[in-house]
Amino acid sequence: MEQPIIHISGLKKSFGDLSVLENIEFNVYKGDVVCLIGSSGSGKSTLLRCVNLLEVPDGGIIEVDGQNILEGSINVNRYRARVGMVFQSFNLFNNMTVLKNCMIAQMKVLHRSREEAEAKALHYLELVGMLEFKNASSLTLSGGQKQRVAIARALCMDPEVLLFDEPTSALDPEMVGEVLEVMKRLAKEGLTMIVVTHEMGFAKDVATHVVFMDKGVIAEEGSAEDIFQNPKEERTRAFLSRYLNQ
Amino acid sequence: MIISLDKAWDIAQKYWPSFMLGVRYTLFLAITGTLAGLLIGLIVAGIRALKVEQRDSFLVKVLKRIFAFVSTVYIEVFRGTPMMVQAMFIYYSFRSTLHWTPIVAGVFIISINTGAYMAEIVRAGIQAVDIGQTEGARSLGMSSFQTMWHVVLPQAIKNSFPAMGNEFIVNIKDSSVLNVISVTDLFFQSSSVAGSIFKVQETFLVTAAIYLFLTYTTSRILGYIEKKMQPKQTGRAGA
Ligand SMILES: Nc1ncnc2c1ncn2[C@@H]1O[C@H](COP(=O)(O)OP(=O)(O)O)[C@@H](O)[C@H]1O
Ligand SMILES: [Mg+2]
Repeated sequence: MEQPIIHISGLKKSFGDLSVLENIEFNVYKGDVVCLIGSSGSGKSTLLRCVNLLEVPDGGIIEVDGQNILEGSINVNRYRARVGMVFQSFNLFNNMTVLKNCMIAQMKVLHRSREEAEAKALHYLELVGMLEFKNASSLTLSGGQKQRVAIARALCMDPEVLLFDEPTSALDPEMVGEVLEVMKRLAKEGLTMIVVTHEMGFAKDVATHVVFMDKGVIAEEGSAEDIFQNPKEERTRAFLSRYLNQ
Repeated sequence: MIISLDKAWDIAQKYWPSFMLGVRYTLFLAITGTLAGLLIGLIVAGIRALKVEQRDSFLVKVLKRIFAFVSTVYIEVFRGTPMMVQAMFIYYSFRSTLHWTPIVAGVFIISINTGAYMAEIVRAGIQAVDIGQTEGARSLGMSSFQTMWHVVLPQAIKNSFPAMGNEFIVNIKDSSVLNVISVTDLFFQSSSVAGSIFKVQETFLVTAAIYLFLTYTTSRILGYIEKKMQPKQTGRAGA
């Protein structure tokens, strides 16, 4: 059987006394688009942040390409460069132009030459439709534009997996579409993604796998059809009815 | 209070070279003290802001803790005692070993004193930078040092530029306390002029006017630079 890109098992995380993730178990295969859904506070962000090592899990294993990244010997910075992250709040560098945002980590982390980094940055800025803004300060962009640049910035590192944490939740409604368009395009091109989202339409359209989280555990998972047409668990149904009938 | 403006004007003209020599020393102390202090402040605050991380090696953890302790002591001591006292203590403590001149000692003292204030100013500036900036950089694989240097510090400096400029103005005035170790700054020169002609009031009226001119001009220039640093909200390239 094909080896998963990411294999998570027995993953645990708590903040003080608050247990946020319990015994999380799932696999991500190459080209998968995994959508993580669940109500606020169920631990979705924490799970993504554990995969990226922005949070250090308390136990369990996270294997990436067969290597457990929770073992002491890995180079965390090199690892993070392989797993990109797109945040709800964009987190573009405010002291740099759009182009520089996309170049700095390529040069400092991957040690690419300026020319190479610039070529790659321009390529991905074009892909997300932000090429004409390359010299703009990131502070002057709209939310949707910022998020598209943030996606380009993450892609510049040639990540094996891209993690999205509610990438459209901070956007005005009219800007949600432009970001989802870019994400659909990436999904079609075969990029492996884990997406925390409340955009059920997006999940239905592009998810190869849907994971429903509730109170720190995976309550149900399956294909988009399984979860949206025939949810088995009562709490999945309750969650979906709240989201779909609004 | 009887004070003759005519006499003050005479003194200003007659002793202009003395005053100007003093101004040269005062500005030299203020500029070098502020710049060196800024450098010290950036280094101290930058390293202090690198929090101990779970994944740090034992040695790095120990070094970070030691540095945090030493830098806290440094900041508290230099902000908690008068620069005049620091000047006396440091100058005479090292005079026999270093054989330093008052001006060299003066530059050292004003720099290290300013550094303590700058460290606190930069720390506040770093804290004002959104944590998302750091997470964005770390998620791309940048090290904590690279994140600090390329992303956080440039924004922290911008945040705290007004407070840093204020330190410069404070240094123009407070360098005068270094006269206690015979640094020949504007205050010291004024004292010698006043002493030689027995006209304290008029001489120090001239001195006050010169200090005011220096601080006022400086604050105008800093205000101008501050305005220039604001991002242009119109900069939508090619839209
Ligand atoms: N750094 C933190 N310190 C303490 N508690 C946290 C921290 N981050 C998240 N939590 C808590 O963990 C729980 C799960 O949060 P999160 O993973 O952000 O959920 P979700 O993304 O599904 O809304 C929440 O109760 C939240 O308050
Ligand atoms: Mg969240």
